[in-house]
Amino acid sequence: MTSLDTRALLTASAPPRRGRRRRDRGVDPTPWWLSMTGALVAMYLILPTLFVIPMSFSSSSTFQFPPKNFSLDLYVNFFTKPVWLTSLGNSVLVAILAAILATVVGTAAAVGLDRLTGRVAGLMRTLLMVSIVTPGIVIAVAVYASFLQWHLTGSLLGYVLAHAALGVPFVLVSVTSALGGFDPALLRASASLGASPLRSFVRVTMPLISRGIVTGAIFAFVTSFDEVVIALFLRAPTFQTLPVQMYNSVTVEIDPTISAASSLIVVAVTIIFLVPQLVGTRKKNR
Amino acid sequence: MTMISRPRRLPSASWLLLVPALALLAAILLVPLGQSLLRSLGTPQFTLQHYASLFTDGVTLKILGRTALTAAIVTMVALVLGYPYAYLMTRVGPRTRGILLTIVLIPFWTSVMARNFAWIIILQRGGPVDTFFSFFGIKDAVFYGNVTGVTIAMSQVLLPFMVLPLYSSLGAIDRKLLLAARGLGSPPIVAFWKIYWPLSRGGVVAGLILVFTLSLGFYVTPALLGSPQESLIAQLLATRTTQLLDFAGAGALGMLVLVVTLALVAWANRVGGSVTALGAVATAGTKERA
Repeated sequence: MTSLDTRALLTASAPPRRGRRRRDRGVDPTPWWLSMTGALVAMYLILPTLFVIPMSFSSSSTFQFPPKNFSLDLYVNFFTKPVWLTSLGNSVLVAILAAILATVVGTAAAVGLDRLTGRVAGLMRTLLMVSIVTPGIVIAVAVYASFLQWHLTGSLLGYVLAHAALGVPFVLVSVTSALGGFDPALLRASASLGASPLRSFVRVTMPLISRGIVTGAIFAFVTSFDEVVIALFLRAPTFQTLPVQMYNSVTVEIDPTISAASSLIVVAVTIIFLVPQLVGTRKKNR
Repeated sequence: MTMISRPRRLPSASWLLLVPALALLAAILLVPLGQSLLRSLGTPQFTLQHYASLFTDGVTLKILGRTALTAAIVTMVALVLGYPYAYLMTRVGPRTRGILLTIVLIPFWTSVMARNFAWIIILQRGGPVDTFFSFFGIKDAVFYGNVTGVTIAMSQVLLPFMVLPLYSSLGAIDRKLLLAARGLGSPPIVAFWKIYWPLSRGGVVAGLILVFTLSLGFYVTPALLGSPQESLIAQLLATRTTQLLDFAGAGALGMLVLVVTLALVAWANRVGGSVTALGAVATAGTKERA
């Protein structure tokens, strides 16, 4: 124990290069095969993403890889063919509305659950989380049959409701964790100054948990934008989303425009996930 | 004193805040599933025939078996790849750990359709994998249109669900125990097997159950990368619903899948891979990079 501590001190004070070599030869080195395995698994995790972007610059009308020639044809297709543009528009619209709905009801539920204790509250929390583990196909099949009766298949409202329900757990989790760092004494302070509960929420709670709300909203948006199983069942010739059009382009038509759509989505989602971090950094700097 | 307790005095208002979320959940999940259950129990009169025929029609059991086998293989692949990865995460510095965590979360963010499309490109005839193997004289290494390709693609996207519970379990193990074992003359492999592995078992079991459970419900990946001759349970469910319009039969099958799934998840919850915690890890992943 003591010798280990001395060793740590020595390596810390030694020049960086020697220090590194020392640690590698220490009593508890990270074996080379472990780093190798880790690198290979990391490759496996990244692999599909690596193929998406080069493929999108192909000039071929098949799914051949590597592409023989490079061009912007597929992007031109994506932004000029009505079937792709309409699907993109539908997806964005559904995702924005579903994210708003999920964020509002999810935040309300998180705030409510934060103040409640006991078995029933715990049960409610589990119930609201359950859609995250229910197989998408089981939900899709049940929703399809019910929506046929309620005339909601192929409608904007049907898509928004179904996708919002899938987004709620993400909002619940991120807002709950934001509320964990929230001091309820602040609410007492604002109440003692005469603010109504609603005013306290808007002026005190909301600014402090805004990061949790924004994170939840982003997850709800991406969940809806990317959702394909329920969307496949709810689709109608008059209304379909981008993932459904992508599905068609592989199964029905062999349309390589899907690779332009894929790379745009990968880039867009990466940017979307960077937003809350940029917001967070700006706050820290202020 | 009355002022201080004021926000706490409104439990009924707190319950009211749950109403919109519960209403949405009811409309999308509870009522459709309830209707589906009722349909499966027979219209117009009560019958268990739809459940009985799941086990007697010959097709369903065969596909269930194939699904369970595929799920088991995917789970094993995820464990074999995920364990060393999670272990490595506990051994490196905070910077590298951040990178490894970001990488393991990539499948979470990559669009479902983009990811499956990429696997089609990679695994198709004449694709990169086929070309790679033909260098070594191995012909027809085509994994597009069969269960092997489905397994490769599913293991990739389910790896996070193995790595994250494993990482939280492995991170809590005191490595000095291993040093002590080695100091007492135990070879590394024995020290691992007798000390490290038993301590990591909670994370292993949670990861196994989660990955297995999630594998059971996969629809898009087998539909796109597999073949109709080797379909899995989700495809059967879809076919019965949209093509055969057998809502009662599909309802019974859906209930079976749902009950098995929820039972397994409840079990995973008890051994420590809480669903809520998993969602938290997933959302925290993006924060961690900040």
